[in-house]
Amino acid sequence: MVAQTDIVITHRVGLHARPSVKFTKLAKTFDCKIEVSVNDTDKWIDAKSIVKIMGMKAPAGTQLHIRADGAAADEAVAALHGLVERDFDERQGAVPADEKIADANSA
Amino acid sequence: MPTPLEIKGQLASEGFAAGPIWLAQDRLVPSYERKDTWQAEAQALADCVATASGQTAELVENAQGDAADILEFQLAMLEDDTFVEAATELIEAGLGADMAWREVLDDEIAGYEASDDEYFRARAADLRDVKDRVLVALTGAAVEIIPKGSIYLADDIAPSLFLSHDWSGGGLALRDGSVTGHVAMLARQRGIPTLVGLGDFVCPENVSALLHGGLQTLIVSPSEQIRQQFDLARMEFDAARLRAQNFSDRPAVTDDGTAISVMVNIADPAEVENIPIQHVDGVGLMRTEFLFGHASGLPGEEIQYLAYKKVLDWSRGKPVTIRTVDAGGDKPIRGFTEDEMNPFLGMRGIRLTLKNPDIFRLQIRALLRAGVHGQLKVMLPMVAVPEELDETIKQFEVEASALAQEGVAYQMPKIGIMVEIPSVAILPNRFSKASFLSIGSNDLTQYVLAASRDNGKLADLAKADDPAVLALIANVAHYGAKHGVDVSLCGDAGSDVSIIPKLLQAGVTTLSVAASRIGLVKSTIADIDLGSDRKSRLFDEAHADFSHKLGVLHSDNKK
Repeated sequence: MVAQTDIVITHRVGLHARPSVKFTKLAKTFDCKIEVSVNDTDKWIDAKSIVKIMGMKAPAGTQLHIRADGAAADEAVAALHGLVERDFDERQGAVPADEKIADANSA
Repeated sequence: MPTPLEIKGQLASEGFAAGPIWLAQDRLVPSYERKDTWQAEAQALADCVATASGQTAELVENAQGDAADILEFQLAMLEDDTFVEAATELIEAGLGADMAWREVLDDEIAGYEASDDEYFRARAADLRDVKDRVLVALTGAAVEIIPKGSIYLADDIAPSLFLSHDWSGGGLALRDGSVTGHVAMLARQRGIPTLVGLGDFVCPENVSALLHGGLQTLIVSPSEQIRQQFDLARMEFDAARLRAQNFSDRPAVTDDGTAISVMVNIADPAEVENIPIQHVDGVGLMRTEFLFGHASGLPGEEIQYLAYKKVLDWSRGKPVTIRTVDAGGDKPIRGFTEDEMNPFLGMRGIRLTLKNPDIFRLQIRALLRAGVHGQLKVMLPMVAVPEELDETIKQFEVEASALAQEGVAYQMPKIGIMVEIPSVAILPNRFSKASFLSIGSNDLTQYVLAASRDNGKLADLAKADDPAVLALIANVAHYGAKHGVDVSLCGDAGSDVSIIPKLLQAGVTTLSVAASRIGLVKSTIADIDLGSDRKSRLFDEAHADFSHKLGVLHSDNKK
């Protein structure tokens, strides 16, 4: 079984440390082979390796292609798509890791 | 008595610290013993990576919040086989485990350091930490123990070392470092005073030093006089911080009862997640350059629309002022801005967008569509003549009718302009089509005084409370009050506690400031008494001419 999807990264600093951890952890929960590539480069990398996912250094606005091959490929692709779409579930309180100095010293 | 030494850096985390200098030790003594076979080398590496993972996992358990996130990221990196596999190939080719690990990680670190994106550059520190942790396990090097209350002077510091030490009473002085790095972020959250980018200088161990966040300076072997000034500044800082905390959620009112609007400046839509909407009267400036700054190219309409919608959804009907892309000057954008001799007087702001209709069109469409989600105001940067405003309004109308034909929902926003070029501040009445005016005090100051804001040597010249600048601000405020046009100020002067009273005197009633300054600005406003001056305020002098105002402000300033 093969499945594929495309999504634009809208999280403001892109696929950085915390999102990469979440992304690879989620990918690892599936047994199928999962790969991603960015901006139509046709270079596919292992979605379960944080070193490689982080290594893409994909900023906000990057077009991410996700494909899976094997058991539950559809579910895997849908789950990862959802995670990226939800900005990696980074909401209230989770953002300061990337905040800028000008807004940092909250009074 | 050694000669005092003052080194200026960048402020990564506010505050003041006094203590002895502790020089970072080189933790990694190359004492690794080679094994007999490459298989034994590979095994040694695998074991030490497992040891480092175990240590990191232990730290994760005891950490919370962002510290836990950082350690978890490092742990995930250690548990990933990619590095070990690459290093094992090198070991098979004849390298020792330590050299192989070093080479693989150094390569990876170099890749991060070369990134265009500051965020990814800053992650190099995490990889260095991962590298060091394994090398420490391989070589048995000791982990540094830093005396409490000292000022730690180093090139940079590993997040794990930062997290393993209690910094209370002390501070960090880094020769390299980054204000967006993990350590800088952690230091801000813990309130540990930190300077970065201090550069190379010779400093003896254990001498007394002051870390002065206000001056962004490290002072080594200070004189008694400097120490007294430092103590005073520190007391003021502590008192102001304490007081500001109590003001964030109150409306801003002066001592004599004049209501002031305090809005927030944001550079990125995600920031609003940490700003309670009830703390502000809206967004006075939302920059859009963040959308354009990425290596992946210029943003499409959809990604812009989503970014604007996000802030409007958060605003609960309060006004949100979005500035069209202000590229050029000190904000070059690849594929958009031009190389030129004098960028501050060149193609920037509205000049650049009007010259690039294909790019501007997408932003206009995204803004028109976002307009249905709240009270949107669109602000044009670097307007010098009314024709630029006219042309932009025309383009909004063209795109609006295109959207109407396509059957796409839109709302025409209020369109106003920045007041940063003196031509606007001198004759604001020429811009009667502007629905509102927002004073960009940083650029206005540098254009009025012909003094670059980035050159420290000109700091005494480039002051937003120069009488000439204040007179122009008063002129704009007066025009706005007389004609019912909203006037606000969104530059750094709006959060400068020494300048805020002068701005209010000049008739400014809306300030837009960084989120971190909201409490401080409100507490400053609460102390201002406009009462006795109210009748003679520049703002109320309906017939006062321009030169007269200049005179009044000048004499006020001398008091």
